Amino acid sequence: MNQTLIKPKVAIDSVGKTFRVNAMPLVAIERIDINIRENEFVSIVGTSGCGKSTLLNMVGGLDEPTSGEIRIDGVPVAGPGRNRGFVFQSYSLFEWMTVQTNIRFALEKSTMAKAEKTELVAHFIQAVGLSGFENAYPRQLSGGMRQRVAIARALVYKPSILLMDEPFGALDAQTRGMMQELLLKVWEDHKVTVLFVTHDVDEAIFLADRVIVLASRPGRVKKDMDIKLGRPRSFDIVTDAAFTAYKREIFADIREETLRVMAMERA
Amino acid sequence: MNNHVHQPEAIPTRHKPKRDLLELRQEIPSSIFSAAGFVVPALLLFSWWLVTELGFVRPLFLPSPQAVVMEGWRQLSEGVLVADASISIYRIVVGWLAATIVAVPIGILMGNYRIIEGSLEPLISTVRYMPVVALIPLSILWTGIGDAQKILILFLGTFFQQSLMIMDNVKNIDMNLIRAGQTLGFSNSEILRRIILPAASPGIWDTFRITIGWTWTYLVVAELVAASEGLGRRIMDAQRYLATDTILFGTLFIGLLGLLTDYVFKKSGQSLFRWNSQTR
Ligand SMILES: Nc1ncnc2c1ncn2[C@@H]1O[C@H](COP(=O)(O)OP(=O)(O)OP(=O)(O)O)[C@@H](O)[C@H]1O
Ligand SMILES: [Mg+2]
Repeated sequence: MNQTLIKPKVAIDSVGKTFRVNAMPLVAIERIDINIRENEFVSIVGTSGCGKSTLLNMVGGLDEPTSGEIRIDGVPVAGPGRNRGFVFQSYSLFEWMTVQTNIRFALEKSTMAKAEKTELVAHFIQAVGLSGFENAYPRQLSGGMRQRVAIARALVYKPSILLMDEPFGALDAQTRGMMQELLLKVWEDHKVTVLFVTHDVDEAIFLADRVIVLASRPGRVKKDMDIKLGRPRSFDIVTDAAFTAYKREIFADIREETLRVMAMERA
Repeated sequence: MNNHVHQPEAIPTRHKPKRDLLELRQEIPSSIFSAAGFVVPALLLFSWWLVTELGFVRPLFLPSPQAVVMEGWRQLSEGVLVADASISIYRIVVGWLAATIVAVPIGILMGNYRIIEGSLEPLISTVRYMPVVALIPLSILWTGIGDAQKILILFLGTFFQQSLMIMDNVKNIDMNLIRAGQTLGFSNSEILRRIILPAASPGIWDTFRITIGWTWTYLVVAELVAASEGLGRRIMDAQRYLATDTILFGTLFIGLLGLLTDYVFKKSGQSLFRWNSQTR
């Protein structure tokens, strides 16, 4: 399905992760192989506890695989780096900084000229629709607005990969829809490779070029599915026959997984 | 587009004309809230006055409110009160500051490095249960009978709890803030200084507020032995002459100063950490 001849942007190569919980091994991820192309938008779905966050953290360099290797542009990941931006589910903003300083803080390690930084920060504030809120503190913002700051902060230093772990999980349905459209627009304007973890199957399909369903206990790839829906996408596609067909298939997979896990838990 | 967001159910709410003051967790008008805080002490004061006025108890056991106020006035006009208060405040401030200066770095280190937590936490947790009064003889042996001894007692009464609380303040910050710092390319020491410390600072400030309250409560213990001046000393001296009005005045006065300290910390915390307030 993804035997691209060009070198993958992200290569997840037989990656496994075993945690130790009270001296007992816990296999979170058995073995995962995924190759992600440059500028691809990949959604990862799966039941709770199947290892989605673990996988994302390892790509982000916040956690180390116990086996296998992750390569970015052919280089093995050895820790966090500025070629990757991270957006977490909790609004992990620096609450003592204003919207503007939060975003600017991400540029501190770049060698750009001051004026250039200022311009870039202003650009991203505008891109995520926060003009007028430059000097607000995170506590003064709604959940959706906070997450837009987090997105701007993760993109402002121009990482080539954006890692998002259920970024819209805590938002209400309307806000969530707006954020998805905003994210697609930002993604189309600033080409980046996106790994997007979500619980929401609609969201996964709507956003992505490709949806990966993980199986749990231990985590592995259950399905890797190309989403062949045109772009730019608007919300009415959720009622398209093609969309519904993808949805049905993914739901069936997740349901099967959930039942299997429940049966395991009962045993 | 979403499966797990539930619309709030339409519960038919009938607006009651009069809101009940005893609803679970319900806001009440702030005027009533603050008034309630005065009513209870006022009632207590009134019953105190009544009981003494009607002669139910002998003044030796419970002097009248007027007698306590008179005693306060006497101390003030004779200059004793200011002298006592300044020496006691000095001891409190130095003792608390000394504890804080040590507890802040230790608490921060314990909160960030498991190895340091592992090596200090059991020790501190044990020591903090030791009664400070029992350490008075040793403190005299080590530091003599001057101010240093009082300050040492206040230090001991404050430091152990404080360092554990600061450790918790540091641990309570969101792990994702640290991870965000790592993904942005900051070094560990930069993350410590620029992310962990500011994130933990409102909590640490609150710890300051609470612990200086404890330092106040240790004042009498600190001035128990070998002191000639101080608010705590005055109370202990009065015990010898059964001067209950002096005892009561001294106790209430320490309480008042403690309240004032609390207020100062609360207000300064609010203005120092304006970003931390919930108001939209
Ligand atoms: N630091 C850790 N120590 C021990 N076990 C862990 C750790 N992190 C995750 N796990 C375990 O690994 C498994 C996968 O966790 P992970 O958080 O990656 O799941 P997830 O797919 O992100 O779940 P969710 O959808 O609930 O966020 C779980 O069983 C979890 O308990
Ligand atoms: Mg997760």
